[in-house]
Amino acid sequence: MKSLVCLKQVPDTETQIKVKPDGTGIVTDGIKYVINPYDEFSVEEALRLKEKFKAGEVVILTVGPDRCTEAIRTALAMGADRGIHVNDESLNDADPYSIAQVLAAAASQEGYDLIFCGHRAIDDDFGEVGAMLAELLQLPQVTLVTKLEIADDTQSAVVERDVEGGKEVIEVPLPCVLTSQKGLNEPRYASLPGIMKAKKKKIDKKTAADLGITSERKLAPTEYTMPPERKAGKKYEDMEPAEAAKIVVEALRSEAKVI
Amino acid sequence: MHFELTEEQRMLSDTVYKWALNELGPVQEKIDEEDWMPPNFFRDLGRLGVLGITVEERYGGLGMDVLTEVLVTEQLARICPGPAMSMVAHVELCASNIQRNASDYLKEKYLPPLIRGEKVGAMGLTEPNAGSDAMALRCRAVRNGNSFILNGSKMFITNGPIADIVLVYAKTAPDLGPKGISAFIVEKGAPGFSVSSKIKKAGMRGSPTAELNFDDCEVPAENLVGDLNGGVAVMTKGLDVERVVVAGLSLGISRQTLDYSIKYSREREQFGVPICEFQMIQAKLAEMYARYEASRNMIYRAACLAQGAGRGGKGTQITQLAAAAILYAAEAATRNGSDAVQIHGGYGYCLEFPVQKLWRDAKLLEIGAGTTEIRKMIIARELLRKGSI
Ligand SMILES: Cc1cc2nc3c(=O)[nH]c(=O)nc-3n(C[C@H](O)[C@H](O)[C@H](O)COP(=O)(O)OP(=O)(O)OC[C@H]3O[C@@H](n4cnc5c(N)ncnc54)[C@H](O)[C@@H]3O)c2cc1C
Repeated sequence: MKSLVCLKQVPDTETQIKVKPDGTGIVTDGIKYVINPYDEFSVEEALRLKEKFKAGEVVILTVGPDRCTEAIRTALAMGADRGIHVNDESLNDADPYSIAQVLAAAASQEGYDLIFCGHRAIDDDFGEVGAMLAELLQLPQVTLVTKLEIADDTQSAVVERDVEGGKEVIEVPLPCVLTSQKGLNEPRYASLPGIMKAKKKKIDKKTAADLGITSERKLAPTEYTMPPERKAGKKYEDMEPAEAAKIVVEALRSEAKVI
Repeated sequence: MHFELTEEQRMLSDTVYKWALNELGPVQEKIDEEDWMPPNFFRDLGRLGVLGITVEERYGGLGMDVLTEVLVTEQLARICPGPAMSMVAHVELCASNIQRNASDYLKEKYLPPLIRGEKVGAMGLTEPNAGSDAMALRCRAVRNGNSFILNGSKMFITNGPIADIVLVYAKTAPDLGPKGISAFIVEKGAPGFSVSSKIKKAGMRGSPTAELNFDDCEVPAENLVGDLNGGVAVMTKGLDVERVVVAGLSLGISRQTLDYSIKYSREREQFGVPICEFQMIQAKLAEMYARYEASRNMIYRAACLAQGAGRGGKGTQITQLAAAAILYAAEAATRNGSDAVQIHGGYGYCLEFPVQKLWRDAKLLEIGAGTTEIRKMIIARELLRKGSI
């Protein structure tokens, strides 16, 4: 079982995000980055498959600047075998389509039985890359996967996904693209020996040119803004409770329009 | 002089913090309230590979440096100083002392399960009537054929209630004073060895403490660690490293109390503004940070120095630095804990908020592994002996 795990580095959920004054993006100084949590599920699932079939490879595929090496190393420390890091200036503000293009090109060069993506990245929340990648590679795809069972002949998989109020069970031929959802597994922690071993594992650096790609973005953000500050509440003071209740109900109805 | 952490050290710190946050964070209140240690604590740490950092690879360790061990201790202590202290007792007081002093036979027998976290380690030096004056210990060991027979008791032993392997100091030649002390490995279940029920403590809960009793307890002669009557050498050989690693517990507390305080002071509003806008709160945050950084620099430097120092102990640079690092860091953590409670006001004093727990936990580190007063005595002794720093 050879799995490609598409992995994105994103700001830590605990990081306080600030928008640049000119609204063109977020301030990246001092941000702590982590592996996109949904991609951690992917890494874990790929490792389990390799352990189960006692054969194969787990390859981490990442697009992003230099700092992403740390995320790849962390996945290698969890047990992945090697990494491919596409690092190209032209891709620094790439949209989901350009990323999918790059991933598709890199995946075609590599070969695979399975490709995992997180069902979305917690930074931009597009949730488009997995689906686009499957389209570009002409592969079947199952999104929001919470359980995966590969057939013994490794020709197909039975996959569970959450649907409103229940579960959907799907059989899908391999190779395919799966997007991981919370509940798929409990990702392991990198161990200290794992971290030491990761140092020696290989990370291939590639540029867009190496993949024969010129980034063709379809989307460009026009502006980033913070959510509006919460307005101060209104106080109704110095009145009888019965009177206050009346005024508040009226305000809820006509001003706040919640009742 | 610079101590940039390596990429591996950073990754390890992040991983251990994340583990502590996810696995211990949700149960930290239970740990404190019920003085409860998560049952798989040592096995999980074994799986993370952090129980044998400085132990040689052939015994299952990683053969890495003291600073790495400090980092792990610091990160774990940020969330749960109690269990973190149990880890330090297991790793430093027990396993590392075995590695430094015991025969190959004992190392092969005891280190691998300790490092995998299958067995829990402890160290028994203190007695009901011998604390700071440890050399006055009264526990006796008498040779009897192929065994030693131990009689006496040990007080305040971290991991006592759960330990499988205890490094115990006893007098083998009482007339020789400090030169008549020897170290032994005593296994749980040894005939005549019993453990009192858990001692109730103000802090460091989740780290079980107990009194150990030896009543004609029979220990195989081969379990002697180091030379006969060479117990003091066993005790002191790793003492500097031990102080540096224990100081890591205080460091984690100093940092976490500050993090909580920054966050809370930005959120809590009084007089119509966040309390962090008051200069008196800002002054506290600044002082807390300065204490944290000063502790960190001393501890990391001592860790690097301890790594290079072949021999520590009396007359060496590392001895005074390690004692100063733990002295300062422990007081800094108590102070940070107290300031953090103050910044949190009434909420800080309530059990739902973790700052009061860190404050209670911090205090122990001015007492355990040598008191503040004893640490000062050591530093003064070194300075006065040399006549300069
Ligand atoms: C939670 C906990 C865990 C512990 N874990 C372990 C363990 O795992 N193994 C182990 O062996 N021990 C352990 N200890 C024991 C610890 O090391 C001792 O408590 C410590 O050394 C102090 O001894 P004491 O409590 O008897 O205090 P005492 O020595 O009685 O000291 C009382 C006070 O007198 C001061 N004092 C003593 N002598 C002097 C002096 N000459 N000059 C000035 N002041 C002095 C002390 O600083 C202190 O303030 C633990 C203790 C606690 C509380």
